[in-house]
Amino acid sequence: MSTNASKSPAEAESYQVLTFVLGNETYGVDILRVQEIRGWSAVTKIPNSAPHVLGVLNLRGSIVPVVDLRKRFSLEQAEYTAVTVIIVLSVRNEAGRRDFGVVVDGVSDVVDVQASEVRPTPDLGCRAATDHIRGLVPVNDRMVVLLDLDRLIGAEMVEAAGSLPETVAA
Amino acid sequence: MGVDLAQFHEAFFEESFEAIESMEASLLKLDVAAPDAETINTIFRVAHSIKGGAGMFNFTDIASFTHTLETLLDGVRAGRTRLSTAIMDLLLKSVDVMREMLRGAQRKETFDPQRVADLQFDLEVAVANNAAAAPAAAAAPAPAAPAPAEPAAASATETVTAAPPSAPTEWLISVRPLENMLSRGNEPLALFAALAEHGELTLTVDLRELPALEAIEAHRCYLSWQVRLTSAVGKERIREAFEWVEGDCDYRITCAAPPDGAAAAAPAPQPAVAEVAAPEAPPPAPALAEPAPAQSATPAPSAETPAASRAAARTEAAPAASGGDATSIRVSTQKIDELINTVGEVVITQSMLAQLGADAEGPSAERLRSGLAQLERNVRELHESVMRVRMLPIGFAFSRFPRLVRDVAQRLGKQIELKLTGEQTELDKTVLERIGDPLVHLVRNSIDHGIEKPEARLAAGKPAAGTVHLEAFHRGSAIIIEVSDDGQGLDSDRILAKARARGLIAPNETPSQEAIHELIFLPGFSTAEQTTDLSGRGVGMDVVRRNIKSLGGKIDIRSERGKGSRFTISLPLTLAIVDGQSVSVGDETYIVPLVSIVESLQTKESGVNRLSMAGEVISFRGAYLPLVRLHDLFGIEPRSRAIHDGLVVVVEGDGQRVGLFVDDLRGQQQVVIKSLESNYGHVQGVSGATILGDGSVALILDVPGLIRSTSSRREAA
Repeated sequence: MSTNASKSPAEAESYQVLTFVLGNETYGVDILRVQEIRGWSAVTKIPNSAPHVLGVLNLRGSIVPVVDLRKRFSLEQAEYTAVTVIIVLSVRNEAGRRDFGVVVDGVSDVVDVQASEVRPTPDLGCRAATDHIRGLVPVNDRMVVLLDLDRLIGAEMVEAAGSLPETVAA
Repeated sequence: MGVDLAQFHEAFFEESFEAIESMEASLLKLDVAAPDAETINTIFRVAHSIKGGAGMFNFTDIASFTHTLETLLDGVRAGRTRLSTAIMDLLLKSVDVMREMLRGAQRKETFDPQRVADLQFDLEVAVANNAAAAPAAAAAPAPAAPAPAEPAAASATETVTAAPPSAPTEWLISVRPLENMLSRGNEPLALFAALAEHGELTLTVDLRELPALEAIEAHRCYLSWQVRLTSAVGKERIREAFEWVEGDCDYRITCAAPPDGAAAAAPAPQPAVAEVAAPEAPPPAPALAEPAPAQSATPAPSAETPAASRAAARTEAAPAASGGDATSIRVSTQKIDELINTVGEVVITQSMLAQLGADAEGPSAERLRSGLAQLERNVRELHESVMRVRMLPIGFAFSRFPRLVRDVAQRLGKQIELKLTGEQTELDKTVLERIGDPLVHLVRNSIDHGIEKPEARLAAGKPAAGTVHLEAFHRGSAIIIEVSDDGQGLDSDRILAKARARGLIAPNETPSQEAIHELIFLPGFSTAEQTTDLSGRGVGMDVVRRNIKSLGGKIDIRSERGKGSRFTISLPLTLAIVDGQSVSVGDETYIVPLVSIVESLQTKESGVNRLSMAGEVISFRGAYLPLVRLHDLFGIEPRSRAIHDGLVVVVEGDGQRVGLFVDDLRGQQQVVIKSLESNYGHVQGVSGATILGDGSVALILDVPGLIRSTSSRREAA
């Protein structure tokens, strides 16, 4: 897997994407980044983390943070039920490989995506809002938003793990 | 050969570092007046194998330096060079330089070539001097000493080939590789190439053992050879070519005849032509004849560490071992950690099953429970043995002390006897690596401040040589390391005076002896009249204590004026496990390390006072401590905010105490520490996480970090 993963999907001619649903939108991530798909289980809160970092859970002995993508994308909050799904993904950055889980509404499908089909993200005037999007691709008449996981999560965790708040009991 | 040797570099470095350590230990065992032949041989062999390895991997500067060292050692071994303190110093310095060079090569950095050249020059001068002093060249084929006129230029190869000129002799060598020669990576061709360097070589191959084609095993060598070598070099030099294949190949070196044709008569020019059956032939050692008495003359037998002796044993055993019956293997720590991780998972699964089993009903429930009980026993044993894999004897940390004590004592003009006990006591590798520096500090302090000069000791009715004793043993789930000396002990009056002068203690206060001794752990506190380059700058003891605390341990001192001091370090056996107290706040469970808990208490609303902006304080044993409400700090909804509904856990870190307000105390348990940072990041006030019996995650509190963050918050407020 390492040889495939090191090759950026953007360079490969065609690659597989795992799609999942959040509200009315469909998102896609490179399938080689997917470690595991598991049902919802309670997480342990991390003190003073960013609001969308729900906490940590035990993934076969390692401690993995869980991010709520609805909160991350400022969508309306949904209930966590037995059918809520956590996708465990991996990112690579300067600090090495990190695993984290994302909470999504449901997993849809695995689709083949041709590199030539991927359309660039239109300029919506706000770079920060689209920075984590690799591109858009039509699949069966639906638009799938391809996520750039390294941008989505990269500095995220370090930021989130900031210091304790200055005023707590005020 | 198209083999990438770089893949073996790490193994070479590791082995060389170990070899150097055993060399150093052997050097320190050596009595200058009556050197033990076997020890010298060991040292020589170590130098030789490093040289061989360095040559093979093309570290030419290391090989060249080691070669010069080897030449000197060979002189010592053959009795041409008399061992003196100066030579010992030279040898010890060489050990340091070799270690540095290897480290440099390992990190792909260049090592100061001037320092190497200087020392190499010194070594060569020593060789030359002794060769001149003992011109009786009775021991025939000596590696020639470089002419003093051009010592630095004498490179390794020149020294090797510059053999004493003598008439060429015809040697008959029979070579019969044993079964495993090829599979151990020894190549007969390389052997012949080495032989060819000495002179003219004629080979006759013997094919008689060659089986039918279908029966040939690719990794077996079926050939043997008759070699005719016409060369002026002596038998010893020829045998050197065989040193790498020792044990993998039978060989026999005989002198055929001098080339001038005199028949089979025993030849004159070479002194020792006795037949040698290779496998049991030890390296030539003139002094081998009397190893036993010399060994008993070795000083300070207690100074021999297990690490050193084990390493030495391994270097000695290596050439002899012909089969693959090694009793230890090298495994990367990562593999072990993965194994520990997996076993940790099994433990959690097992406890989950045990909970299910306890509730089970029905006809087979009883059998299920007995099966689960057996599983629990097995899992516990598995867990313990896996944890033991990471454990190493503390002798690895002790092994540096004989050298250190010798150097420091020499510099200070003191006589020190070092006693080491309990080197076999095992502890976790990580703890072992980090305890070295604090121990060095303590031992240096003992020698510098503790032990008096010989005259002063004699005057005080003590033996002239002071004793520093390093001792390790287990007590419960902790390892205790004691550093004690029979020196002058701490000067309580002076410490007290100094503390008063610095305003640490009120003039009218008279603290107990223990409290006074505790003062030496304060930052910047030193009573040494003169700072030496060894100690006395006061950056010592507080760092020692901090390092030990960061390992989850503690250090205490007991000292008696005139009798000596004893530092007692208590450390957890491993960093992977912590004894913790679980506490609950709201729905969350946190683990407080037991080592930082002072006391847990219940208090009433009246016991809490509010200090306007600065927060709340509680009264505890006559002092006021800041009260930290964990639910506020971590932003959790607690079960109750009323102080009498919960409990206050008084914790201590970095010398400060605070009261942590929590909802409830749960059980005490040993928990396996997991990193939060590998996938997330550092969280202030949290040192890590652990997985509880039900598979959920609990955070482990970092008490010093918590205290720091609360006090900085109070300052900000």
